[in-house]
Amino acid sequence: MSNFKRKLKRRHLINNLFMVLLVFVISISFLVLGTLLLEIFLRGYKTLTWDFITSMPSGRASRAGILPALIGSFGVIALTALISIPIGVGTAIYLTEYADKKSKFVKLLQLNISNLAGVPAIVYGILGLAVFSQLVGLGPSLIVGAFTLSLLILPVIIVSAIEAIKAVPNSIREGSYALGVTRWKTITGVILPMATPGIMTGSILALSRAMGEAAPLIMVGAVGFVTFLPNSLLDRYSALPLIVFNWTSRPQAAFAEIAASGILVMLILLIITNLTAIIIRNKTQIRVD
Amino acid sequence: MTVKVKVENLNFYYGDFQALKNINIEIHENKITALIGPSGCGKSTFIKTIDRMYDLIEDTRADGHILFDEMDILKSDVDVVELRKRIGMVFQKPNPFPKSISENVLYAVKRHGDVNKVAFNEIVENSLRKASLWDEVKSKLHQSAFSLSGGQQQRLCIARTLATKPEVILMDEPTSALDPIATSKIEELLQELKKEYTVIIVTHSMQQAARISDYTGFFLNGELIEFGNTKDIFTNPKDKRTEDYITGRYG
Repeated sequence: MSNFKRKLKRRHLINNLFMVLLVFVISISFLVLGTLLLEIFLRGYKTLTWDFITSMPSGRASRAGILPALIGSFGVIALTALISIPIGVGTAIYLTEYADKKSKFVKLLQLNISNLAGVPAIVYGILGLAVFSQLVGLGPSLIVGAFTLSLLILPVIIVSAIEAIKAVPNSIREGSYALGVTRWKTITGVILPMATPGIMTGSILALSRAMGEAAPLIMVGAVGFVTFLPNSLLDRYSALPLIVFNWTSRPQAAFAEIAASGILVMLILLIITNLTAIIIRNKTQIRVD
Repeated sequence: MTVKVKVENLNFYYGDFQALKNINIEIHENKITALIGPSGCGKSTFIKTIDRMYDLIEDTRADGHILFDEMDILKSDVDVVELRKRIGMVFQKPNPFPKSISENVLYAVKRHGDVNKVAFNEIVENSLRKASLWDEVKSKLHQSAFSLSGGQQQRLCIARTLATKPEVILMDEPTSALDPIATSKIEELLQELKKEYTVIIVTHSMQQAARISDYTGFFLNGELIEFGNTKDIFTNPKDKRTEDYITGRYG
């Protein structure tokens, strides 16, 4: 009996110690992140006005705005979505439903896609510069930015789409095939509808990552300071992370403040996209028991 | 009596493992044929060969002949999509699609694309009536199939199969996930279905085979040990192993 109690006490002790440790670890990350957000908010909220959002950049911080960067970011992200989601989902469908899973080539392909997700963003920038700007000759245009960001997030979209498609139970596939429904109609009839929430969530999260990327866009010639809006896919453009980067590298304190406002705009957009992802997932989720 | 499916010298392999050994059997039209035997004896594998569902499993191979109205099902040039319209299958666990009840019934019909839209309502009602589910669901055809109970889901899966107008219905332990009341409903339903269709049912329960079937086949280790009238099999088995199984010595 006493032996039992001794062991119990020891277990409780270890349990409590571990919990204290975990709380400590969590508070470190919360503290760092919290300080950062608070700092940005305190610096930036005063200059975050409607004028700031609807004005062109300027040499004077008090008159500068982010309109071209905001439009540029939206444009690039929308194009990126149009390019990367169909290609990514198509690849995932091929790899899960069509390809011979035992083939060495397919295994190599899947391993490589997972590895590509870990390649630094700047490398995709260099690739975009070499292939789309130089080789294809599209120059420093909006469409090149979109192609480059598509390359960056394609692996993430493919991997999340593969997971979503694999999560569709096999009994559903069998049920459809047993009714004499072809493979393609089984995919469009039940597999994709069931995998859509997962595909959407993965894609939106990947796109919100692309929205915050500066490095690859700098490589392919997006600029931090433009005073016009892009009119066509071949126009030059700016993007939010670039304008923030441009402002923070200036010596005047006033620019540091509007840079903080720019960051706030980006944070708000990120929160909105991530919330959208969550809402879509919850609304369209189909439960199979 | 017409023979609907005639199996001759059927062998089946998963890789190097031979799961079925020289099976010969004749399935009669508008009768219920029950296949019994212990787990892993090959009875589920056997019905998977009849609608070529084994095509979906990698590294499988079948030889011999399965004649279905003179067509050899095992030939590589058989259109399996067309074949599976004529030979339906109901699975062990109800597997309705995450769609409404009526969409489940119409799922295959819509995707085969050979029926006029005007006929959709009629198909839904007829199929659900034949699966004796109509009265329970007629007021909620647009609700999700998942709102139904397990037994209702299984009858919905039967209705879904009937909508494609099959000639043969294969059932792989269709009641093993259901309670006794749901089971007896499906058993009653089978007696109705055999008037129009040929039914082959794999079952774990010897009592079920004895209750519902006209013919019974006993499988053991990939071999068809005995096949004949259900009455004969259960009252007067010829093979010692069949007798041991039905008297509960093993299995």
